[in-house]
Amino acid sequence: MSSVTDTQTRVERRSRRLVVLAVVLVSLVLAVGVSSFASAHPDGLEYVAAQLGFEDTAGDHATAGSPVADYEATGVEDARLSTGLAGLLGVAVTAAVAFALFWALRRRA
Amino acid sequence: MHVPDGFLDLATSAGTAAVAVGGLALALRGGRRELDDRLAPLAGVTAVFVFAGQMINFPVGAGTSGHMIGGALAALLVGPWTATLCLSVVLIVQALLFSDGGITALGTNITLMALVSVWTAWGAYLVLSRLLPRRLSVVPWVAFVAGFVSVPAAAVAFTGLYALGGQAPIPLDSLLTVMLGWHAVIGLGEAVITALIVGSVLAVRPDLVRAAQPYLERQRLEIREGSPA
Repeated sequence: MSSVTDTQTRVERRSRRLVVLAVVLVSLVLAVGVSSFASAHPDGLEYVAAQLGFEDTAGDHATAGSPVADYEATGVEDARLSTGLAGLLGVAVTAAVAFALFWALRRRA
Repeated sequence: MHVPDGFLDLATSAGTAAVAVGGLALALRGGRRELDDRLAPLAGVTAVFVFAGQMINFPVGAGTSGHMIGGALAALLVGPWTATLCLSVVLIVQALLFSDGGITALGTNITLMALVSVWTAWGAYLVLSRLLPRRLSVVPWVAFVAGFVSVPAAAVAFTGLYALGGQAPIPLDSLLTVMLGWHAVIGLGEAVITALIVGSVLAVRPDLVRAAQPYLERQRLEIREGSPA
């Protein structure tokens, strides 16, 4: 009986890994590939701020000097590559922080 | 929706920072209850997906764009406490690395997106799941509504914060009107994305969708010992 349960657990774990892998792949496609095709128009809040005339109250960003500020890798001429690289870095950093946090936080079996 | 530095005065920013810290402290305790070996990696990829999804601005007409927030999606997939943490991780990475959302505004952005949008969505889910029939097929529709309300809710909350500490003398009623107007449209995009993704995961592994749990609980098979009556 226990071997049946073992097989079940193994199959479940494998398909769970597939789901995790699929989401990572989709995220990479979005952040690296699709992101440079995203609309460059101001977002809802920026647009409203411009419309009502309070956009100028925004200060310079403290991390504007970051090598990937505004989702552009500095020094990379090609715009699509630049955004794609920034997206790749963002996915990697978010994954590292989030996986570490949630793994540390989980209830131990 | 990412608020830059300077829109709100320092007192209001300090207030939202305190709210964010309090919310995060609660979420760290609540997240511990939601996460186990099975769900921790899923929570990790949920944060990754929210980061990637937020990079994709879609046009909403007249020179404006919007992107998903992902608060509703994360809440329905991994539970509200873990979703609060997912969104916070994303917002911190965006502010520190990509200058997306101000540093002094980080508390404001966590309050608006990791708290208001996540918990409005979760509230909508709780209400709707009680009102609607107990069928798994309603969950994507619940996700649609939860996704929709989560965006204008954050827009209203921003207007409220602006009333407290906005740095420019703007008529608040017109601020509320245009914020609500645009974010209702963006909310429709959020609704579609949330419903599609929750629906997709539901089709493959319904047991991995937190919002589907009450629909999956069935009576367990029991093996009783003893002689038959």
